[in-house]
Amino acid sequence: MGRYILRRLLSAIPVLLGITAIVFLIMAMIPGDPATALLGAYATPDNVARINKQLGLNHPLWYRYVLWLWNMLHGDFGRSYSLNRPVIFEVWERLSATAVLAGVSWVAASILGILAGVVSAARQYGLADKVITFAVLIGISIPSFFLGIMLILFFAVDLRWFPVSGMYAIYGGGDLLDLARHIAMPAAALSVVATGVIARLSRSAMLEVLRQDYIRTARAKGVGERRVILGHALRAAMVSIIPVLGLQAGFVLSGAVYIEIVFQWPGIGRMLVNAILQRDILLVQGGVVVVACLYVIFNILVDVAQSLLDPRIKT
Amino acid sequence: MRQFLRLLARNRLASLGGVVITGIAMLALITPLLPLQHPDVIDTAHRFLFPFSEGHLLGTDQLGRDLLSRLLWGTRLSLAVGVAAALAAGIVGSGMGMVAGYVGGRTDNIIMRAVDMLMAFPYILLALAIVAALGPGLMNALIAVAAVNVPFFARNIRGITLGLARREFVDAARLSGKGHLRIILTELLPNVLPVIVVAMSTTVGWMILETAGLSFLGLGAQPPQADLGGMLGQARSAMITSPHTSVVPGVMIFLIVMSVNLLGDGVRDALDPRLRSGALSRPRASTRVARQHAVPAPEAAPADALLAVQALETQFHVTGRVYRAVNGVDLAVKPGECLGVIGESGSGKSVTALSVMGLVASPPGVITGGAVRYRGEDLIGAPYARLRDLRGESISYIFQDPLSTLHPLYRVGDQLAEAIRVHHPVSRAEARARALQLLHDVRIPNPEGRIDDYPHEMSGGMRQRVGIAMALANDPDIIIADEPTTALDVTVQAQILGLLDDLRRDRGLAIVFITHDFGVVAQLCDRVAVMYAGQIVETGPTAEVLAAPAHPYTRRLIACVPELGGGRRELAAIPGLPPSVDALPDGCAFAARCDRAVADCRAGRIDMTGTGARSVRCLFPEEAFA
Amino acid sequence: MTEALRVTNLSKTFPRAGGLFAGARPGVRAVRPVSFAVETGETLGIVGESGCGKSTFARMLVGLLPPSGGEIEIEGRRLDNADPARFGKMIQYVFQDPISSLNPRKTIRQILEAPLRLLHGMGRAERDARIAEIFDSVHLRPEFLDRYPHEFSGGQAQRIGIARALAAAPRILVLDEPVSALDVSVQAQVLNLLARLKDDFGLTYLFISHDLAVVEAVSDRVLVLYFGAVVEIGRAESIFKRPRHPYTRLLADSAPVVGRPLRAPEQRGSELPDPLDPPPGCAFAGRCPRATDLCRTEEPRLRPMEEDQLAACHHPFED
Repeated sequence: MGRYILRRLLSAIPVLLGITAIVFLIMAMIPGDPATALLGAYATPDNVARINKQLGLNHPLWYRYVLWLWNMLHGDFGRSYSLNRPVIFEVWERLSATAVLAGVSWVAASILGILAGVVSAARQYGLADKVITFAVLIGISIPSFFLGIMLILFFAVDLRWFPVSGMYAIYGGGDLLDLARHIAMPAAALSVVATGVIARLSRSAMLEVLRQDYIRTARAKGVGERRVILGHALRAAMVSIIPVLGLQAGFVLSGAVYIEIVFQWPGIGRMLVNAILQRDILLVQGGVVVVACLYVIFNILVDVAQSLLDPRIKT
Repeated sequence: MRQFLRLLARNRLASLGGVVITGIAMLALITPLLPLQHPDVIDTAHRFLFPFSEGHLLGTDQLGRDLLSRLLWGTRLSLAVGVAAALAAGIVGSGMGMVAGYVGGRTDNIIMRAVDMLMAFPYILLALAIVAALGPGLMNALIAVAAVNVPFFARNIRGITLGLARREFVDAARLSGKGHLRIILTELLPNVLPVIVVAMSTTVGWMILETAGLSFLGLGAQPPQADLGGMLGQARSAMITSPHTSVVPGVMIFLIVMSVNLLGDGVRDALDPRLRSGALSRPRASTRVARQHAVPAPEAAPADALLAVQALETQFHVTGRVYRAVNGVDLAVKPGECLGVIGESGSGKSVTALSVMGLVASPPGVITGGAVRYRGEDLIGAPYARLRDLRGESISYIFQDPLSTLHPLYRVGDQLAEAIRVHHPVSRAEARARALQLLHDVRIPNPEGRIDDYPHEMSGGMRQRVGIAMALANDPDIIIADEPTTALDVTVQAQILGLLDDLRRDRGLAIVFITHDFGVVAQLCDRVAVMYAGQIVETGPTAEVLAAPAHPYTRRLIACVPELGGGRRELAAIPGLPPSVDALPDGCAFAARCDRAVADCRAGRIDMTGTGARSVRCLFPEEAFA
Repeated sequence: MTEALRVTNLSKTFPRAGGLFAGARPGVRAVRPVSFAVETGETLGIVGESGCGKSTFARMLVGLLPPSGGEIEIEGRRLDNADPARFGKMIQYVFQDPISSLNPRKTIRQILEAPLRLLHGMGRAERDARIAEIFDSVHLRPEFLDRYPHEFSGGQAQRIGIARALAAAPRILVLDEPVSALDVSVQAQVLNLLARLKDDFGLTYLFISHDLAVVEAVSDRVLVLYFGAVVEIGRAESIFKRPRHPYTRLLADSAPVVGRPLRAPEQRGSELPDPLDPPPGCAFAGRCPRATDLCRTEEPRLRPMEEDQLAACHHPFED
């Protein structure tokens, strides 16, 4: 087991290098003088000189990449010129807000999705299946940013059940209850699509498994139907559901960008969009690299969970 | 193609989606011809007019522009961009996937590593990075959305191609003199194309959504031009005072994506051959029973039978067709007896075996008649709870392929212990001890070391021993063995047969042994029943049937089989093929292939006739029974 | 008699990916050096259980897999470049799974045309005539030509596979388990057809199967493979009656035969050696009742036992 985790971690190193290389290359595609392009609106002669030195812009591409990597490894992601503070501080602060929102949504989507999928498969073509299938269809077709707006109009503006936006109340907030009130709507809007996708996949994975010979064997042994579905079938289906959970974490993270804009959530998505609009390229670069690397590590955890479930993997 | 369209049309939801999306697409196409106001004409005096205002059916936006006009022009733009992105991603990604999957080796490695890198990003980060580099704009958003979807196609299509490239027809094409490019284009592409179509149709909705999303963030279409996402994004600042400016484009996106998804799912289902055969259904806990005839009288079964199958009929109902797999089968097993059921594929021998405990997958299987009496009790139509009590406790099964019939994720010891614990309230430790004893009984070497193995860690022969151990777990009266040695090598088969024979003699088991191999029947079974086209055509003591077969089919089937020690020779083949069980002829099903058949053979139902232990379903048997 | 095929020290080793820190590791030896010759018009049966390397061997013979070592000569001409198109005119292959060996999206005519067009460069009229001729020779009706593979039963599909192989007009056919996927009544039809085609076209067969009885019924000589190596070669009528190698005897004793009482011929494990860590000496020693220390240290070489029978065994059975 330990060896598998170690090997998996080692295999992440080239992926992390690749990711940074891709980000670096994309940023190198920016036309024109790199320093001016990177600084955009903040291209004062002072800043240009500083960034030329910092990024070694008079050196060849590979050298700049290694330098950039080296700086990042030392926690130096450069300076955000629009916010006038080191990129890493801003990214770290915003990341925690996104992690809370995306984490809650992902967990909710996973539990609800699997539950719905199992019920749907177990009652194939029954009423529950039809209702779930229909709800899923609507869920995966509705744009999350539109759903967010609708939720605000209905539950915040009309019914006044939840606050319209933000993560904490400006006055007197800050506790867990306050967070819960603020997170309810964005998390709901964010998890709808993922729940739908997971439910759909869980249903088809369950149906696939239920047709397997070993399910017939379980029945031939006299195992009861509840145990057949929740034990034998679900366990086998999880083998194909877990990778989807990992994939959906990426989609939840992506959807968070829209939701953070709609709900004014102080997360990294909103930071990135603003940085792009203000052409604060270093901030974009740093944010993308940090989130992508964390996502890679998250996916390793998913793989480890998968290997715990499926003994055939450890080769 | 016609069949595809018919299937698609029969799917009501998909048709609805098709109609809606066609309507929207038509509207988008004719937008320039409609008498609309110009979408970009600003009229600040009439800002935020509500729907149904004069001259503005859907009202106006924050700059007083006509919403209807902007909606239609925006729809046009969104559709075009989404479809273009899907096409671009589909073509580039599928091309990469096909090359990687076919060429393999280093090329595959490089392409797939690159794809893995791209997939390691949460998709929007990559899209944002691309837009950040290229600058906001609709075209750049399109490039970003297409780029982040390339890996999805590449990976999917590579998987399919890899499976196809290993298929023998690709080897055959190489032997026919085809080069690599020709094989990719003429052999692989026609097989991959449906998958590409499905992948595109199920993702195009998603891509429309993604481009709309980028525009919503202000990174796609730039003012004054607006696609649907852009309209929604610009309306957001006024969403509380004038919600209609948000609702109108939002609903349109929803309609487009939902109808595309519905249609895409329909396309996928229509192209999936498994759906047609009903193979995607979840089998019920026990086979559906819908008797069409009266229950056979219990007195008709042999008095000394432990298990008696009477006039059993099992059918498969698939999209309007009825496959009569088992067509009035009578069988009986006495305690301690081994009955062989022999037949070719499609003869109904396995379905007969599975019908006994209601294990025929249902749907599509239906038991339509007959009775299965275990110690006199009819199990057809018995409550599920009763069947469950008997399954594995009194009547147990050994299946053909031990790799697919054992659960891959449970240790073999746990699977054995479970078989005991579902019927007997024993402790875990005791169940484990019994499991160990069972592994010992089936002569698995070093059972203590094997009990915690997973099935994939064992060889085929060892796995089948586990399968046998599981069948023995609760000391059943009867074991039904459905081709238990067919998947094994001949030396392993000999060991398994020897084991089964010893076990049945030691424990007084009755065995119903399903096989297609006369040699196996001859060595193991006391009596044999020969099946053809869902019926038993001959039955009797094994040695007598083999030495002097009465039914022409039996005789000729035996003659077909080469036997070791016979030397080099011409084999006596049976011309023709067995009838399809969805179009059984009247009378004898073998008549078309039989050299003794006359008009009477085809006239009507032929009953089993015979004396004592032997009987035959033939008007002109080869042997007259004494 | 002329020699149709000569194989000299043909072997295949699959390379194994090295570990992260370990260097290159020895590959998996799927086929150990094999040598034999087949005469024109002869049928050589090749028998072995799963994992014995018979499919790897067959794929090398037809050029689908480049050998790691050794030579293949067809009618005295050496063929050692892995170009299937060049092989195609000399030696053809009939696959085990008849349905999977036909492209589901091509008509039978398209499938049969490819070798005629690409290997023989025939024009349209010539092709049509030849296809009609071949199709007739495998007893299929000409209207089947414009149908798709899924419309055929296994037996019919296998005849189409045979027709495709014949279309290349080869000298030798490698038949890889050609009847294993078929029911016995259809199996006999196909076997008889193969026997007749061999006479009609003057073909030479390599018939690979796991079914001893089938092999015995169709072959002149039989070659027994175990764990990638030839353990015995001999005439079909004698090799299973008087096997020299203990493995051949085990095979013969294991085959279910009507009238022979059931006995489990072996109670020691039935597992093959680990191909990643092959034992020194005879691969069968672990299962062999006659094994001695010699067997566990030195690999036995194939040597003549009597006329036309060779076995690779230190302690062969005597009469």
